[in-house]
Amino acid sequence: MPKIFIDNTSYEVKAGKNVLEACLTLGFDLPYFCWHPAMGSVGACRQCAVKVYKDENDTSGKIIMSCMEGVRDGMHLSIDDKAAKAFREQVIEWLMTNHPHDCPVCDEGGSCHLQDMTVMTGHDYRRYDYKKRTYVNQYLGPFIHHEMNRCIQCYRCVRFYKDYAGGKDLNVFAAHNHVYFGREKDGTLESPFSGNLAEVCPTGVFTDKTLRQHYTRKWDLTSAPSVCQHCSVGCNTIAGERYGGLRNIVNRYNAEVNGYFLCDRGRFGYEFVNSENRITKPQVMHQAVDENALMHHLETVLTNHSLIGIGSPRASMESNFALLDLVGKENFFCGVYNEEMMLERRITDILDSGKIPVASLKQIEDADAVVILGEDIWNTAPMMALAVRQSVMKTGGREATEKTPMPEWHELAVKELQQNTKGFMVNVTVTETSLDEIASLNINAAPDDIARLGFAIANHIHPSLELKNFEEAVLAKAKTIADELLKCSNPVIITGTSCYNDPVLRAAFDIAAALKAAGKAPAIAFVVPECNSMGLAMMRGHAFDTAVRRVNREPNVTAVILEQDLYRNLPAGIVDEFLSKCRNIIVLDSLNNATTEKAHVLIPASTFAEGDGTLISYEGRAQRYYQVYVPDNKYIRESWKWLSRMKMIISGKANGHDPHHDSVISSLETALRQFAGISAAAPSSGFSIHGEQIPREPHRYSGRTAMLANRNVSEPKPVADGDSPLSFTMEGYQGTPPSSAIPFFWKPGWNSPQAVNKYQQEIGGDLIGGNPGVRLFVKSSGNMPEFFKDYPEHFRERQNKWLLLPQSHVFGSDELSVYSAGIAGRSPEPYMGLSPVDAKMLDVTEGSQVTIKSEKEEYSFPVKIVESLRNGIVLVSKGLPGTQGMSWGNWVELAK
Amino acid sequence: MFSHFRTMWLVFLHLFRKKVTIQYPEEKVQLHPRYKGRIVLTKDPDGGERCVGCYLCSAACPVDCIALQATQDENGRRYPEFFRINFSRCIFCGFCEDACPTYAIQLIPDFEMGEYKRQDLVFEKEDLLINSQGKYPGYNFYKVAGMDAGVKQKGHGANEELPVDVHSLLP
Repeated sequence: MPKIFIDNTSYEVKAGKNVLEACLTLGFDLPYFCWHPAMGSVGACRQCAVKVYKDENDTSGKIIMSCMEGVRDGMHLSIDDKAAKAFREQVIEWLMTNHPHDCPVCDEGGSCHLQDMTVMTGHDYRRYDYKKRTYVNQYLGPFIHHEMNRCIQCYRCVRFYKDYAGGKDLNVFAAHNHVYFGREKDGTLESPFSGNLAEVCPTGVFTDKTLRQHYTRKWDLTSAPSVCQHCSVGCNTIAGERYGGLRNIVNRYNAEVNGYFLCDRGRFGYEFVNSENRITKPQVMHQAVDENALMHHLETVLTNHSLIGIGSPRASMESNFALLDLVGKENFFCGVYNEEMMLERRITDILDSGKIPVASLKQIEDADAVVILGEDIWNTAPMMALAVRQSVMKTGGREATEKTPMPEWHELAVKELQQNTKGFMVNVTVTETSLDEIASLNINAAPDDIARLGFAIANHIHPSLELKNFEEAVLAKAKTIADELLKCSNPVIITGTSCYNDPVLRAAFDIAAALKAAGKAPAIAFVVPECNSMGLAMMRGHAFDTAVRRVNREPNVTAVILEQDLYRNLPAGIVDEFLSKCRNIIVLDSLNNATTEKAHVLIPASTFAEGDGTLISYEGRAQRYYQVYVPDNKYIRESWKWLSRMKMIISGKANGHDPHHDSVISSLETALRQFAGISAAAPSSGFSIHGEQIPREPHRYSGRTAMLANRNVSEPKPVADGDSPLSFTMEGYQGTPPSSAIPFFWKPGWNSPQAVNKYQQEIGGDLIGGNPGVRLFVKSSGNMPEFFKDYPEHFRERQNKWLLLPQSHVFGSDELSVYSAGIAGRSPEPYMGLSPVDAKMLDVTEGSQVTIKSEKEEYSFPVKIVESLRNGIVLVSKGLPGTQGMSWGNWVELAK
Repeated sequence: MFSHFRTMWLVFLHLFRKKVTIQYPEEKVQLHPRYKGRIVLTKDPDGGERCVGCYLCSAACPVDCIALQATQDENGRRYPEFFRINFSRCIFCGFCEDACPTYAIQLIPDFEMGEYKRQDLVFEKEDLLINSQGKYPGYNFYKVAGMDAGVKQKGHGANEELPVDVHSLLP
C-alpha cells in the first residue's frame, strides 16, 4: 500500500486510486464537481485543487487537480495550503458569477452539492458586478425539470446520460462560456435512466418533476430505507414522506446492487401509494365495515370452512409466510400458472444447487463477457441492462489500455484509447432490443432455437453431448461465441422467464456449467417477473391450476387471496371459474382491481411505504424495506398483520394485538429452512446504539408543533415502531447507522446525496458494515455441475397457429408503477408484433386490427411489423391495459 | 436598622418620579417599528404573495411552530398551499424573518393576540397574509431571481443578460 503525506501526516492509501478518492476515503472534505465515483475523472471543474510537493524538502510545491493525479508512494501533498485553498475558493467564485439568485425556489436547495461546496470553500460574497448569463429552459418530459441558468458546466449530465447510460437525446450545445446542456429541441428524455440526472447534477439544472408536484425539502422528509417494488432486481431506495403522502424515491447506495443509480420506473413509479384508487376501508359484501364487524365476519368465514391461500409474487415474504401459516403448507398456492411455476422452480433448483453462483449487478458490471439468452432485460430489469452496458464498456476500456497502462478512473484518456473497442456481449433475443447497439453479436430467434444455440455454445466449450440436426450456421455462430467466451475469465450468463421456455433456462445453465468445467469463473442471472417472484418460488407452493382443481373438487372453500390481481396474470376464464367455485373470497390488497371487485371480504393492505417487509431479488438477496410513515387511516396495515390476526381468530387466541415483525421472521426461518438466515437482512426491532433508535427524520426536520395543529393544537405522542429499530421522530442516534437501516444520507457539510462518500469503506466501495441484504443462495459446492443436455427440437411454425410471447415495456408493463401519471403517459399503446412474412400471409399491414384467439379469450390489437421477428411468433405488449391474462408461451390463432 | 429607613426614604422619593406604568389597555404601548411581535406574511409591490414556500423559516424555527406546503401556479410561481403558525408555541425570536430570503415573513409591532382557547392561536395563511409590503417596500423576489415564474422573462431581470443563443458560436 502506498504511503502518502497529507499536510505532513502519513496515511496508507490504496494503490491505483486518484488523490481525490484517496483524500475522500480518508475522510477529508475536499470539494469537487465533475468527478463522480461511478464515472471517473475528467478534470473539467478545477475544483479539487491541492498542492503537491516534490519531496519533504520542497516548500513551494505546485497546484494540481487531485482527481487527475494517481497516488504515488511517498507523495507529499497539502489540502490546507493557503494557495490551494484560495484557488478552490476562487473557482467557486467564478462558477457563481452566473449562478442565479434562485435557491429559495430551487428544488435542489437543502440537498445541493453546489451549496455544500460553496460553504466548504468559504466563498460567501459576490464581488462580480456585471450581468448574469441566462438560458431558456426546455421541456424534458414528465420526469425531469430543466432550469439551465443554474448550470456550472461540470458535464456530469452528458457523461452520465450519453457515456454511462447510452442515451442519445441529451447533449451539450454552443461553445465556450455559454455551453448548453439539453436536447436538440423540447421533448421527453427518452432514456429510462433519465431520473438519475436529478442526482448526478450537482446543482438544480435537472430536478425531479414529480417531487415538484408536492415539493418538500430533504430535511423535512420522513425517510426510510426501502426496496424498489417494480422489478426483480431489488434496487435499494430511500422513500420520503411528508404530511401523510409519499413524496419521492431516491437512490440508496448498495455497492453490489444498484450502486449510485436507479431506473425511472423505480424512481418515479411510487405514486400508486398516493393513488385515489387505494382501498381505504374493510368491506364485507361491498359494504364498508369497521374493524369489529370485520373480525366478527371473519370469524364465521374462517372457521367451519377449509381454507386455501393464494400467495403473491409482489407481496413481502412476511405476508406470504403469514398466509402459508394461516392456511397450512398443503393449502398454499401461488398466483401463477403451472408453466410459469415450473420455470421459476427450475431457476430456484439451479440456484439452490449452488453449482453456479448467481451474479449480482456488481458482478455483471465487472464481468468480462456477457451472454443474454432470450430476455429483453432493457425492459424487464432495466438496471441490469445498465450493468451489462458497464461490463461492455469497462471490458473495452481494459482491453484498450492493456498496452498503454492507464488507470481506470482516467475517464477521458481511457475513452480516447478505447474509441469503439467494446467488451464481448452476445444478445440472443426473440426480437430486437435496446441493448443491440452495444452487443458484439445480435441473434434473433424463436425460444427453442435460442435454447439450441445455447446448448451448442455449451457443447463447443465443453463437449458433453451429441448435437443432431443442427444447422451449420447455428454451429458456426455457437463456435464463434464459445471461442470468445473461452478467452474470458469471469463471464456472466443472463436469462429469464420472459421466453416462457424451460430449455432456454437449461441452456443458460449448461453454458455456465461448461465454462466452469473449462476452468472459468462464470456466474448466472435469472430475471423473474416480479419483485418477490423469487421468494414466492422458493416457498414452493402449488401452482394456481392445482387450486382450481381443488375448488372444483371441494365445495365450501374459503380462498384468501394476497395482494395480486389474478386477472392480470391468469386467463380470465380460469380465474372466473376459480372465484365462482369458492364459497368465500377474502382479498387483501392496497389498490382496487378486477380481483378485489370479486371479493366477499376486502381488507386494505399497506403498500411498501406503510409497512415493513422483506423481498427476495432475482439473486436470492433478501432485502428489508421499512415502513416510511404511519398512515392516518388505521385500517391500512401490512397483510402479514391482518393474516396473523386471522390466525389468532382461528386458534382462539385473539388478544387485539398485532404480532411483531421479529416473531414473523423467526417463525419463517424455523418453518421453511430454505429461508434460514433471512433475519440477518436487517437488525432486529430491539436494536439500538447507545440505547438510541435510528431516527427517520433528519435533525433539521421542521414543523413538528404545527403540522397537525390545525386538527388539535396539542401535539400527539409520536408513534412507536415496534417492528424496526427506526423511530418516527428526529430524536435518536445521529451517527452512521447499520448499512441496512440508513434512512437518509447526511453528514455535516454534506447535505446532498454525495454524503454517501462518508458511509463507504472506500469511495465507490462497500458500505461501512457491508452491503445490505443477505444472499440466500450462497451454498457453493465444489463438485462439477451436471449438464442438462436435453436440447429441444428446432422451432417449427405451425399451420395457422402462432407462439404468443410477451413484449415488455419499461414503462407500462409493471402493474403498480403505471399509477404514476408520468409513467402512464410514457407507456405505449398495446400492439401485436408480427414478422413481415406472417403479416403478408395474414394480409395485414401496420396498424390493422388482428384478433388473437386463445382457449377462451379473444384479444384485438393493432399490428406492428417487426422485421427482426421469426415467422410463427406473435409478440404482444405485456401488462398494458387489454393485455391482461394472456396465456404467454402458448399457441394461439390469429384472425383479421 | 438604618437600611430600613433608607429603603422607606427611597420609596418616598419615587412618588415624585415620572410614572412608567401605563393604563393598558385604555392607553396603548408605543412600540418600535422593529419590535418583534405578531408574524405576518407580506405581499410584493405588485400585490403578489411574497412567500415562495422555500421552507427556510420552518427550518430556522427553534420551536418548529411553522408548517407549510409549497405549490406552484401555471407559470411555475411558487407559493404556499397552506402556511400555518402555531402561536401557542411561538417564542417570537424572529429567526424566521432573518431566514426569509424574500422578505415575506415579518414580525410586526403587535402583541395583542391573547385568546381564551389555545386552538385559536393556530394561524393559517388567511390569518397571516396582509395586504402590505411591511418593512421592506419595493422588493419583488421574482424580479431578481433567475427563473421565469410569470413575473419577468428570462434575461429581463435587473442584472441579467438576454438569453444565450444556443446556435451561436461567436465569442
